[in-house]
Amino acid sequence: MSEIRFTSEHEWVRVENGVGTVGVSDYAQSQLGDVVFVELPAVGSSLNKGAEAAVVESVKAASEIYAPLSGEVVAINDDLVAQPGTVNEDPMEKGWFFKLRLTDPGELATLMDQAGYDEYVKGLA
Amino acid sequence: MDQIEKRTPLFDLHVGLGARMVPFAGYSMPVQYPAGILAEHQHTRARASLFDVSHMGQVALRGDGAAAALERLVPGDVAGLAAGRVRYTLFTNDAGGILDDLMVTNGGDRLFLVVNAARKEHDLTYLRSRLDPRVVVEELADRALLALQGPGAAEALSGLSPEVAAMPFMSARLLEVAGIGCVVTRSGYTGEDGYEISVPAVRAEELARRLLARPGVAPAGLGARDSLRLEAGLCLYGSDIDETTTPVEAGLGWTIGKRRRAEGGFPGADIILRQLKEGPARLRVGLRPDDRAPARAHTQVTDRDGQPIGEVTSGGFGPTVNGPVAMGYVLSPYAAVGTPVRLLVRGTPREGHVAALPFVPHRYATSKGN
Repeated sequence: MSEIRFTSEHEWVRVENGVGTVGVSDYAQSQLGDVVFVELPAVGSSLNKGAEAAVVESVKAASEIYAPLSGEVVAINDDLVAQPGTVNEDPMEKGWFFKLRLTDPGELATLMDQAGYDEYVKGLA
Repeated sequence: MDQIEKRTPLFDLHVGLGARMVPFAGYSMPVQYPAGILAEHQHTRARASLFDVSHMGQVALRGDGAAAALERLVPGDVAGLAAGRVRYTLFTNDAGGILDDLMVTNGGDRLFLVVNAARKEHDLTYLRSRLDPRVVVEELADRALLALQGPGAAEALSGLSPEVAAMPFMSARLLEVAGIGCVVTRSGYTGEDGYEISVPAVRAEELARRLLARPGVAPAGLGARDSLRLEAGLCLYGSDIDETTTPVEAGLGWTIGKRRRAEGGFPGADIILRQLKEGPARLRVGLRPDDRAPARAHTQVTDRDGQPIGEVTSGGFGPTVNGPVAMGYVLSPYAAVGTPVRLLVRGTPREGHVAALPFVPHRYATSKGN
C-alpha cells in the first residue's frame, strides 16, 4: 500500500516498500510555468531530509527541489531530461524526479497528507 | 509594509484574461496569461501578440531647441532626426555609463520619448534639471502604451487603421486606430515586425479589446517579452546595460552617428569616443551553453582554463532557438564568435561558446513597409 505525503515546498513523496518516489505538486508546476530543464541527483548519492536534490528551470527562473525525506537515490527519471515539459503535463505520475531508499521512514510523519496539503495550498491563494 | 503597486489602464482586462500579475518596476503587470510563456513566445514569432507596456514612461519635450537640448544628454543624432522618424538612443553619464535607454520620436512640433518604467522618475528629474529651461518636459501620464508584435501585426492593425501597412520601420504617425487618436510607431522589442501604439488611457481597454478581437492576435506578458528580446539580442536596462557599462562595451556604438562622433558634446564623450577608436576592454556578446542548462544573469564566465573573463547579464531558455541562450560581458580578446568558454552554473563549470547576436534573425519591416 502506498502513501502520499507533501512538503511545504510543494514536493510530493509516494512511499512503497521503503522506497519513496519524489516529484512536485500540480500547484508547484503551475507556479513554475513551462519547465524547460531538469537537473537530477546522481544515483547512489545520499540525501538528508531538506537537502537540495534537483533543480527545475522554467523559462523564467531556476528553482531547487529538496529531498522530502532522508535516503539514498536509487533511480532517476531520465525521461525528464529529454522531455522536461512532462513536469507540467503529468506532475504526479510521469513527471516524477527520483526515487529514494528511505533511511528513516519515521520522518514521513512530519509531512502533510493529501487533505492537509490541499488545505495548505488553499491558504496560499 | 507591503508596497502598493500601481495599475495600468489595462489591469482589469489582464485579470479578466486570467493573467498572473506580478510586481514589476512599481506596477502590477501580467507576466503570463493561461497559455504560458512558451506558447505566448511562439505565437508572437508566428502570428501577433498584444503586450501592455503602459508602465513605460512617455514624455513630451516642447519648445524651440528641444532637439539640440536633448543632444547635450544623449549621443544619438536627434537634430538630424526627420519629422515622423524614431530613433533608439541612450542617456549617458560623465563616466560614459548608461543612465537609461530610450526611443525618441520627432513629432514635428515636439519630441516624444519612451523611457524605462524603472527609470521614469529618474529620467524626468534629470531632464528637468539638465535641459535648457525653455524646453518644457511633460510626462504623458494620461496615455497608455500597447505593443502589437509579430509577423501578423501589420495585417491585424491594418484592419483598424489602413495607413499603418505602409509605415516604414522606425517611423511614427498620428493616426486614428479604431476611431481613437493614437501615436503609432513601427518599432518594438521582440525582433519581429510590429507597432507601439500610444493611446489615451481612458480608451486603452477599448483599443486593446479591438486588437485582441483581430484574427491571429493573442495577449502576451512580460515573460514572453523577455525571452523574445533576449533571442533578438536586445538589451534590458538594469541587466545588460547600466551606469557601469558604456555604449561601446554594450555593442551600441551604432547608435552614435557620424556627426556626434565628430562633434562630441554629450556626457562621457571623451571616454566613449576613445573607446570607439581604441576598442573597449570588454564587450557584450551572445553566449550559448553547449548543453541544455540555462545560464542565468550573474553566472560567471571563464575561459577553458577556468580563468574568469566575464559574467552573464541576461540568460534563460530561448523557445525559438529551443535551447538556452544568454548574453553578457567578456574581456575583448574572448569576444570573437565561436570562442570556447565555461559557464559556472550552480558551481558546475559547463561548456559553452561565444555566439553571434541576435540568436533569432530580426524580421523588421523593410524600408518600403513590406
